[in-house]
Amino acid sequence: MTSSALALDGVLAVESDPGGGFVAPGVGEFFPETLFGFSVLGIQFDIDRIILALWLATAAILVFLVMAARKAEIVPGRLQFVGESGYSLVRDGIARDVVGPRGLPFAPFLASLFFFILANNALAIIPGIQISPMARFSFPLVLAAICWFVYIGVGIKNQGLWPYFRDIMFLPGVPKAAYILVTPLELLQNFIVRPFTLAIRLFANLFAGHMLLVTFALGAVYLFQVGNFSAVFFPLSALMAIVMTFFELLIIFLQAYVFTMLMGTYLNGSVEAAH
Amino acid sequence: MSILAAESPNPLIPVVGEIIIGTIAFAVLLFVMWKFVAPGFEKAYQARRAAIEGGIERAEAMQAEAKAALEQYRAQLAEARNEAAQIRDQARAEGQQILEELRAQAQEESARIVARGEEQIAAARQQVVNELRGQVGGLAVELAGRVVGESLADEARRQGTVDRFLDQLDGMVAGSPDGRSGSTVAGGTR
Repeated sequence: MTSSALALDGVLAVESDPGGGFVAPGVGEFFPETLFGFSVLGIQFDIDRIILALWLATAAILVFLVMAARKAEIVPGRLQFVGESGYSLVRDGIARDVVGPRGLPFAPFLASLFFFILANNALAIIPGIQISPMARFSFPLVLAAICWFVYIGVGIKNQGLWPYFRDIMFLPGVPKAAYILVTPLELLQNFIVRPFTLAIRLFANLFAGHMLLVTFALGAVYLFQVGNFSAVFFPLSALMAIVMTFFELLIIFLQAYVFTMLMGTYLNGSVEAAH
Repeated sequence: MSILAAESPNPLIPVVGEIIIGTIAFAVLLFVMWKFVAPGFEKAYQARRAAIEGGIERAEAMQAEAKAALEQYRAQLAEARNEAAQIRDQARAEGQQILEELRAQAQEESARIVARGEEQIAAARQQVVNELRGQVGGLAVELAGRVVGESLADEARRQGTVDRFLDQLDGMVAGSPDGRSGSTVAGGTR
């Protein structure tokens, strides 16, 4: 039984206990029961439906991309056109235009980020799943950590170990006295704030989006069978659930794009010396 | 807070198992993207660019070829015109030459004919003169004999008087600038 279903039981329980009122869904939404678990080298792997969803989304996007690119023709078919549009959005729009003229080698990495996040975000509104793995903090954090390693690694490789850190710590063109303030801020910004904002932005958007959807959906169910005057608000809650689903559609795409775009700007800072 | 929230962990605490699962999932996607998907799309882009550029190049090559052919035709035409003009000039020159030759030949011929005619005329005249001379001498002697009453023929033949007289006449004719005016002078003196 999923956690949403548990919450639904809580809502429906009102019928037998009219004094209980509406029980809003909580964080438990994001921690459904473990389907099976195993342990490798002392690390516990608990597989629940969200992790299954992650695998499903990854497999789906893999199959889609491979099918789209397998027989890439000069005149694209429908599938290839869709895949190519997504790929060139990242390749031309981010790798070439944001990272810079030396950014094209990063196109596969950036495109992987984009498609991975997009596919997993999309689960937030796919009926039957309706929760994104990106609403589990571990997954955005993984991506942010990978990005962190990549942009620092690229920066050191392109500019050299010392020049890279020197340019971050001692921003060129800043008065010497200002370094007291600027240097700690820049270090914090580049090595701590960036990855966390990347991870938290994505996580929070999907987390909040799911909470909104569940709240309105459960609210509609509650109002439908509450049995008193409040029932007139049922259509409003149901409508909001639908509207929020479309809003989620926007968030799904936007957050995938924003994450990739920001990684592009970080890479741009690493590829080109800061002056 | 609901009863469900109470038994749930903090959502901001990452789980090690999930981190590993997430890393593997992304790594698989990245690998496939890097190895198959991106090269496939890049190949399509390249093929498309090549097709477009190839088309343009082909068109340019054809245009250049057409231009070259046109130039060649023009050159050939000019050459032909030149040749025709040359041939015409040559023909004209030859015609002129032939005309000149013919004219020269004709003149020569006419001159020859004229010369022969003059020769014949001169010969006939000589013959006539010779005959006349004989007859005129005989006649004169006979007439003189009749006037004198005796035959002077033998005497005249003996002494050659008639011939001498006629020779004198001839000498007078020869002394004049041309035969005809000489004869008139001779006639006048006679």
